[in-house]
Amino acid sequence: MPTVAKDGMRGLAVFISDIRNCKSKEAETKRINKELATRLSMDITKRNTFVNCYSSFYSGTMLTIGHIEAVNLLSSNKYTEKQIGYLFISVLLNDGNDLVNLIIQNIKNDLSSRNPIHVNLALHCIANVGTREMAEAFFNEIPKLLISKEDIDQVKQSAALCMLRLYRAAPDLLPNGDWQNRVVHLLNDSHLGVVTAASSLIHALAEGNPEAYSSAVGFAVNRLSRIVTSTYQDLQDYTYYFVPAPWLSCKLLRLLQLFPPPSEQARLIECLEVILNKAQEPPKSKKIQHSNAKNSVLLEAINLIIHLDNDAVCPLLVRATNQLGQFLNHRETNLRYLALESLAQLAQCDFSREAVKKHLDTVIQALKTERDVSVRQRAVDLLYAMCDRSNAERIVQEMLAYLEAADYSIREEMVLKTAILSEKYATDYNWYVDVILQLIRVAGDYVSEEVWHRVIQVVTNREDIQGYAAKTCFDALQQPACHENMVKVGGYILGEFGNLIAGDQRSAPLIQFQLLQTRFHLCSSTTRSLILSAYIKMINLFPEIKTEIEDVLRSDVLQKNSDIELQQRALEYFKLSAISASNTEMLATVLEEMPPFPERESSILAKLKKKKPAAAKVIESPTNEDKAKSLPVAKMSNDPPIPQAAPQQSSQDLLVDIFATPNTAPAPAAPSADPSYGMTNTAPAAAAPSEPPPLIDSHCQKFFLKNSGVLYEDENLQIGIKMEFRERLGRIQLFYGNKSSSVDISSFKADVGSIEGLNISTHQEAPNTITVGSQFQHIVNAETTKDFALFPILSISGIYGGQHLSLRIALPVYMTKFSATATMDANQFFQRWRGLEKPDQQSQAVFKTTSINREAASGILSSCGLTVLEGVDPNKENHVAAGILHSVTTIGVLLRLEPNAPSSMYRLTIRSSVPAASENICRLLQSHLQ
Amino acid sequence: MILFSRQGKIRLTKWFHSVPDKERKKISRDIVNTVLQRKPKMSNFVDFMGMKVVYKRYASLYFCCGVDQDENELEVLEVIHRYVEILDKYFGSVCELDIIFNFEKAYFVIDEYLLAGQLQESSKKKVLHAIEAADQMQEEDQEQEVTRSILEEFGLT
Repeated sequence: MPTVAKDGMRGLAVFISDIRNCKSKEAETKRINKELATRLSMDITKRNTFVNCYSSFYSGTMLTIGHIEAVNLLSSNKYTEKQIGYLFISVLLNDGNDLVNLIIQNIKNDLSSRNPIHVNLALHCIANVGTREMAEAFFNEIPKLLISKEDIDQVKQSAALCMLRLYRAAPDLLPNGDWQNRVVHLLNDSHLGVVTAASSLIHALAEGNPEAYSSAVGFAVNRLSRIVTSTYQDLQDYTYYFVPAPWLSCKLLRLLQLFPPPSEQARLIECLEVILNKAQEPPKSKKIQHSNAKNSVLLEAINLIIHLDNDAVCPLLVRATNQLGQFLNHRETNLRYLALESLAQLAQCDFSREAVKKHLDTVIQALKTERDVSVRQRAVDLLYAMCDRSNAERIVQEMLAYLEAADYSIREEMVLKTAILSEKYATDYNWYVDVILQLIRVAGDYVSEEVWHRVIQVVTNREDIQGYAAKTCFDALQQPACHENMVKVGGYILGEFGNLIAGDQRSAPLIQFQLLQTRFHLCSSTTRSLILSAYIKMINLFPEIKTEIEDVLRSDVLQKNSDIELQQRALEYFKLSAISASNTEMLATVLEEMPPFPERESSILAKLKKKKPAAAKVIESPTNEDKAKSLPVAKMSNDPPIPQAAPQQSSQDLLVDIFATPNTAPAPAAPSADPSYGMTNTAPAAAAPSEPPPLIDSHCQKFFLKNSGVLYEDENLQIGIKMEFRERLGRIQLFYGNKSSSVDISSFKADVGSIEGLNISTHQEAPNTITVGSQFQHIVNAETTKDFALFPILSISGIYGGQHLSLRIALPVYMTKFSATATMDANQFFQRWRGLEKPDQQSQAVFKTTSINREAASGILSSCGLTVLEGVDPNKENHVAAGILHSVTTIGVLLRLEPNAPSSMYRLTIRSSVPAASENICRLLQSHLQ
Repeated sequence: MILFSRQGKIRLTKWFHSVPDKERKKISRDIVNTVLQRKPKMSNFVDFMGMKVVYKRYASLYFCCGVDQDENELEVLEVIHRYVEILDKYFGSVCELDIIFNFEKAYFVIDEYLLAGQLQESSKKKVLHAIEAADQMQEEDQEQEVTRSILEEFGLT
């Protein structure tokens, strides 16, 4: 038992209180130095205690002293000192510390030591620090320890996990060689600790490249079968509360989830059955640890069953569902939580879907009564996953009811989910409109833009519900309390479809207008702008209330409003209305009804996907339900089978985004929906100098294929660009010209920042002043370090005739600019092509094009830097090209472009050693070939 | 992995990824706050910044592990429990003070037990055996030291 010397402790207490009393950092350092000086001469136990305490409590203030001291300790021959030194390094050292280089030699010495304890210390240290430098220094050494015959088990265990850590830190440095095959055999090792450590390593390795490690499947199944069939006495100390090797079982089960189902799966299924059986046996111990360990294996087995998901495991899936169903009422909160989580997964399997649905009542109960928010969150997830046409109405109703009392932290997600479900499974779109409006009423603050955009979009595209929507919105706006999002939806819908309810005396045009007017003053300026647009539409729809509306538009409050957008809208709409007096057609043309929105993926779903990638998949996969129909289990359900297929399929295609903007540029949502958008947006961007100006990048497209041209131009300033590239270096010349005839641009500053993967340095500074009519040069150098997808940004500021000038312009430096020619023949090409066949190395796009022209396509390929290879592809119509992109490492890029003339489509496939690069190039080329 | 007391004082942290110091402090603080707010009857798992925190309270000390979303929670819970068992065996009914004053030992135990965030050795005996072997070496060192200083005192070296 370790004891701490009493006097040492007292000295320490004094020391710590001294440090606490120190007024400044300098005083503190001084005190520590003094302490060190005295302590270094003391005997070893005390010294250890002190060095320890220093290192942990005061690491911030005495980094330098401590670090050097630690290195000295590390190189000591005495075990105690060495151990402390290593501990210090492990605890304190982090990325980017130069100290790493100092200790590498010491660690090397220890690694080759004959004493396994020293070797282990070194391995622990490497694994604890785990930086890239460590990987560079040791990645090649450790496999030897891992597979050598004579090394003892403990070293192997540490070595395996050490490899794992280094692999995470620097996957690209993974050494090749024989060891990769032999490491799999460790799963057969007689020492269970070694198997545990090795299975973690193999899991990580196989995650990146399952095929290379597929031989692990056999070993893992073997081992698993031996563990699950053993009794708890067999494995001695590896049995944990009567459960044989629970951790190892979990690891093996997880490892198997990386691979496709083995061709011979009888043995595996047998194992899984045994696990399910054992879980139902009466517990051997009342201890919570026993049930935890047992259930952790059970849950992992269920994950594997879900992964296998084929006919053979169908009975197991149903059984697993039932067993988890029992947990839903378990006394342990943890189990209820996990059961809900796993059931959500099972709900996505065709075989178990129906079985999961049986538990609907229990899940809804959980949502209502569960005390822990994270459990309730799982219940919501499960409801979302198990929802289909037969129970959608009930689930949506329950979620709406719960929403009123829901925790703030999960409201937004719940709103999204409810909105998606109600849209996806709506048979009656009036119901859908009701649900969304209720969402806004109950949780208005948590209804994101996407949700109310979406409802407008649905209404616009479906004529049959427009009247109903207008009426409901009108009613909702009459309620005393009304959320701003409600006003937005109401404003838009009344503007578009108010005419449909104008026949009713209670919602006559004037009343509609007055209703919006009562809400107007309480809203933010975006909403007000939207309402103004609704007004001008009303002038078009109901000429009889034109004077009332014009009075509002003419009012001083609006015409002299400090908000420029409002002011401008009021002015322009008023003018538009005035013109229409003489020319009625014009107003009707400008304010024609909105056309149906083009087809696009739901932006709500996109948003949910961003928040929770896994959850969104449930709804996304369209095959899920279709597949289910062909199965006996699904047929027993009471849905009406035939008519649901058509609307279900179309519902996702028909309903499209209204405001979702393509790609990046996030335009303000409300104006872009406006028919008069073009008019209102003519004002120059009145950005306050403090805000960063919007990024200008529309010009980048044209520079994809050329290297010089005009980058930017306005009344005063013209910027030209000329780029040259050689291998990984590039020189970018920028020319600034002052076009005005009278005013200089002063305090001029231009700067280009580096981005990840591209270092930028200034070669020639831009001048401070740009005099009238002259042109100045600014040169920067660029150097790639890795692949990149963004553009470097040129920031410009200056003063022009008392006005502040501020611009942010993207420089069109594409990754492909750094490419060099690569010629090869058909053999070489296809050999390399096959060498890059991992799924993430390939990026493919199929798209329509305006015209298929062989010359033009070749031209595009070659001017973006690739070498077009003729006579390589057996099909003469196909294009084949290759290129080498230069960065610190060179990146090979191979391309195939297959035209399909009858349908004027292209299929573009890019393969490269860097996944991000393939994806990026594929995207860029697609936009040019379209 | 973080150990902290009921008062929110952090007793021991162990990182299996390289994270900058500043972020480490922030993350630890946030985890401590999240976990301390939870009530006894709640589950032992919390969602935290895209990962899951699995925690358990032993007397006055909370043991927390931050793990990936797809990690098996019960498994982690028992990893914690086994660590506590090992400490318990090593210190002989472990308490918070043991960890405060002998934190280096607590670290050594972790190193033998977990590496790179993965279980290295699940056998309690084997972990303890490794630690004892190390302690043995430490004692030998000290004995040598003592002998040498005695010899020095007599002017024999």
